[in-house]
Amino acid sequence: MPDRIKIVLAGNPNAGKSSLFNQLTGARAHVANFPGITVAKKEAVIKLNHQRIHVVDLPGIYSLTAYSPEELVARNYILDERPDLVIVVIDAANLERNLYLAVQFMEIGVPLVLALNMIDVAENRGLRIDHQKLSRLLGIAVVPTVAKSNKGVDKLMERALETAQRQKTWKPHQISYGADLDEKIEEIAALFPQGNFQIEKYPPRWLAIKAFEGDSQVLKLVLSDNEVGPEIISKVNEVSQHIRATLDDEPEGVIADYRYGYITSLTKQTVTSEREIRRTISDKTDKILLNRLLGPLILFFLIYIIYQLVFWVSGAPVAWFEAFFKWLGHVGQTALPPGLLQSLVVSGIIDGVGGVLGFVPLIFFMFFAIAILEDSGYMARMAFILDRVLRTFGLHGNSVLALIISGGVSGGCAVPGIMAARTLRDPKERLATILVAPLMNCGAKLPVYAMLIAAFFARYETQMMFLLTLIAWSLALLAARILRWTILRGSHTPFVMELPPYRLPTLNGLLIHTWERTWQYIKKAGTIILGISILIWAMMTFPGLPDEKIQAFEAQQAQATEDFLISTEAKILTDAQALSNFSAFYNSYQKKDKKLGPHASPSFQPLAQTVSLLETGKPLTQNLKKYQTTAQAFLNWSQSIKNLEGAMARDELQHSVAGRLGSAFEVLTRPLGFDWRTNIALVGGLAAKEVVLSTLGTAYSLGEVDAEEAESLSQKLARTPGWNPLVGFTLIIFVMIYAPCFVTLVIIGRETRSLRWPVFAFAYTTITAYVISLAVAQIGRALGLGA
Amino acid sequence: MPLTTLRYMKVGEKGTIVKIKAKGVMNRRLRDMGLVPGTEIEIAGRAPLYDPVNIKIRGNNLSLRNNEADYIHVEVKR
Repeated sequence: MPDRIKIVLAGNPNAGKSSLFNQLTGARAHVANFPGITVAKKEAVIKLNHQRIHVVDLPGIYSLTAYSPEELVARNYILDERPDLVIVVIDAANLERNLYLAVQFMEIGVPLVLALNMIDVAENRGLRIDHQKLSRLLGIAVVPTVAKSNKGVDKLMERALETAQRQKTWKPHQISYGADLDEKIEEIAALFPQGNFQIEKYPPRWLAIKAFEGDSQVLKLVLSDNEVGPEIISKVNEVSQHIRATLDDEPEGVIADYRYGYITSLTKQTVTSEREIRRTISDKTDKILLNRLLGPLILFFLIYIIYQLVFWVSGAPVAWFEAFFKWLGHVGQTALPPGLLQSLVVSGIIDGVGGVLGFVPLIFFMFFAIAILEDSGYMARMAFILDRVLRTFGLHGNSVLALIISGGVSGGCAVPGIMAARTLRDPKERLATILVAPLMNCGAKLPVYAMLIAAFFARYETQMMFLLTLIAWSLALLAARILRWTILRGSHTPFVMELPPYRLPTLNGLLIHTWERTWQYIKKAGTIILGISILIWAMMTFPGLPDEKIQAFEAQQAQATEDFLISTEAKILTDAQALSNFSAFYNSYQKKDKKLGPHASPSFQPLAQTVSLLETGKPLTQNLKKYQTTAQAFLNWSQSIKNLEGAMARDELQHSVAGRLGSAFEVLTRPLGFDWRTNIALVGGLAAKEVVLSTLGTAYSLGEVDAEEAESLSQKLARTPGWNPLVGFTLIIFVMIYAPCFVTLVIIGRETRSLRWPVFAFAYTTITAYVISLAVAQIGRALGLGA
Repeated sequence: MPLTTLRYMKVGEKGTIVKIKAKGVMNRRLRDMGLVPGTEIEIAGRAPLYDPVNIKIRGNNLSLRNNEADYIHVEVKR
């Protein structure tokens, strides 16, 4: 027995493969892509009966053709990696079509065990499956399971280990394709050993069948041998032509029909239907949810409800996260001496990461809602209802999935969304979907929207988010239509799609689903964002102001202090030491800090009380009247010092690399209402959209004098001159449309295997963003908004 | 027995597939999804804009666009 055995899970989509995988591995799965291609595979190593098992979950597939990347990847994985065993997960209520895939694995010859999954659903429908007889007929272990509730899984694994240990050699199963074709298949299979076709990997009969099916990958392999190859091809063509002439069908179709014929003979002997198939609960549900009038209404209603719920549920945790990072910032400020290091930690690291992680709850609940849509079977219905409309824009019903994951139901991410576009077969539909997916409101844009909405449209949060979703969809569809009319002209490919029965999702499954995606987001935030946040901090910090400028500011501050001290109002704060002590005392007093410092003189307490009352504009009590003049003078001094420090910080920022960059772009962005700070944030957003937020945060907190009074960015912007609802909305629109983050660009490059498409995506989105934002700003101004 | 294609069948009608007249990917894809001659189907419903069509096949539901339904020749049960 080797150190570990490798077991592969395969099966149709919706057959319960993921449930089985989750039952076996818990949340330990490692999600990765197949090398060189972005079809996801999940794997984990588990221990069972002192045996280490490497479990690999292949993508859901219906067949083993060369037509789709998933199917190609699945079969190449079996042929190249030669796992010890494949568990084919079969939906017992959908036996024929699921066996169709199992039979194709049998023809390759890899050791198999069948999991007759969701046997409970089949039995509820009145189907009785004699699994022992099926097992005898196939010569393969068949174990009834209900993976969702872990029924039969132990038995399944027991049989799997047994089979893997017993059956070391591969035994390709032979199905009859009719006497005529069988003879030809044998003839051709006999030719393969004469050539150089790696028959230790690829069984000759299987190669012969695939050659008849016109399988592009196998035909390429056949043609790689110059001697035997042409002979095989000419024989295949001869037989194919004969089939076309006599049967009026493609050999591929004939082969598929024989496979189904074989399967029907199996099911006739093993399946009995106890009653006429009635309307199932699923059918009754569809009568309502797919109703031609009610269906679309319910669909839009559900999306709206999801917003409401997600915002409502995540409200509290978002506040906790914000409070936590605010607290962390305070800790950093107290623990570290003022200077570059404190600035790096507080303004660079904590603000940057906090701004992003603070929104994790929002993203978690949004993904949770999407997982419910997917796991319940409703997602396919969305595609069904919307297909006709999407096709109008040159997209596919399944584009909905990609667009929704990208943020069509806001809170997604274009990275997995673009990966989800792999379910589209047609390269042009797929490319169009990939190129417009970044226009959706991904989870990284949400925090930016949320902050700007809180600043300028606080009372209309839900309505604004709904409006932004409509805008994103309209733009994406329009862009897709234009792309499909221009550079991506071409026809459609098969839409044939399963409408799986409705299922109640399991909490476990939902959590694993949600956690995987949320974790992807956190990882992205934790690594890239942190790096960029520090880079941006450095760009905003260096180079510092020249010494003479700093000295000039310091001299002005000293002058202000001196003016205060010699004035008659200073009274009890007559020397610099007393002023500094009181200043510190007042800071503590404002924070209601119990430890009021060792230098507190008896008069500090009432004076501080007076300053505080004056500052907040409240009336003074009689006994405090005598402190009024001093308190007022102190306030004036404190304000002028703050103003000087603010001016210095602003000058520092403008002097920095980022400031110069931002100022340079101002010429272009002034018509949009964006100043250099916004420009820096937008440049930062190229790294990842959430950086727009953290950069604005860093920019404004660096420019702020007293970080002790850290206000949320929303409040800050709402009060900053130059900002108004129109500018806020223009920025939202710009952020929605402009360049995808570079992670997305990298993924586009990988998915399309080109450099051209990410460059195109970058250019077209940024130009569109500029043009549309300009229109919004100018029309808004013409209407007298944003005055 | 009236012969027609899937596109022209009404909701609730049943029939048996007699021929799939598609080529290449389409041909293979339709068959991979279980649409093979001899299979009984029923029209379970249609999307709001009459397209795609939702069919019941062996107790399960598939959705097809009308231009794909054109390839599927059916003998309708009356």
